[in-house]
Amino acid sequence: MLSRQMRSPFERAAGLGSAKEGVEHWWRERVTAVALLPLTLWFIVSIVMHSGSDYAAFVAWLKMPLATCMMILLLIALFYHAALGLQVIIEDYVHSAIKIPALVLMRLSCFGLVAAGILAVLRIVFGH
Amino acid sequence: MSHSPIAPPRPRSPNIQIYRPQLTSVLSIANRISGGILAIAGIGLVAWLVAVADGPQAYSAAQSALASPVGRIVLFAVTFAFFLHLCGGIRHLAWDAGYGFELRAIYASGWAVVAASIVLTLAAWIAPLFVTW
Repeated sequence: MLSRQMRSPFERAAGLGSAKEGVEHWWRERVTAVALLPLTLWFIVSIVMHSGSDYAAFVAWLKMPLATCMMILLLIALFYHAALGLQVIIEDYVHSAIKIPALVLMRLSCFGLVAAGILAVLRIVFGH
Repeated sequence: MSHSPIAPPRPRSPNIQIYRPQLTSVLSIANRISGGILAIAGIGLVAWLVAVADGPQAYSAAQSALASPVGRIVLFAVTFAFFLHLCGGIRHLAWDAGYGFELRAIYASGWAVVAASIVLTLAAWIAPLFVTW
């Protein structure tokens, strides 16, 4: 919606070339980047504070609702942002027949990693 | 792509092999490389969470792997890549908002990214020494 406002009237009218979904990709990359600012800084500070802490202390920390929430949000934003960035890298350097399979494999891997990460967090929080 | 026999292939630009490295171009490619490194590090984050979920034994195995010399070097490199990408990303967001496009500002923010990344990386590795748990 916002990205629609950022397109020039000509781009919208033409609907050709780069006047397709580029703005949407660009905008999502920025939104996930802004989301990752507090999430990653929280993560780094938490890891620094917990360096040297044992398993029980670490699990107790992750069981706090705020930490659980932040970790899940971090996983989602991280792999969303990674998928957008890796997509551009693949599109820039891979021009052969494996371009589309590489894009699909990358995107599906990001989905899989998010699922595995969230499942692990839930197991830690509810499983012990 | 087919080229006509008369016209030679169009040159590609920028040609990274013959381009003189500049702060601007080096930071540009560094942002992309650090992003790629962080994407791979994301796999490590998930593996680490899975190890925690598997219990104390897997957790201590993961911790000792991270505490090994190779593990520490990789972790240090990932920390630097993270702060480089973070600071570079903030610089990009400022550009997106329309700020800092003058040549002086571009070089000032570029060196600020380099300095801040080094300082923050060292801070993240020195700070744990002062954490009493």
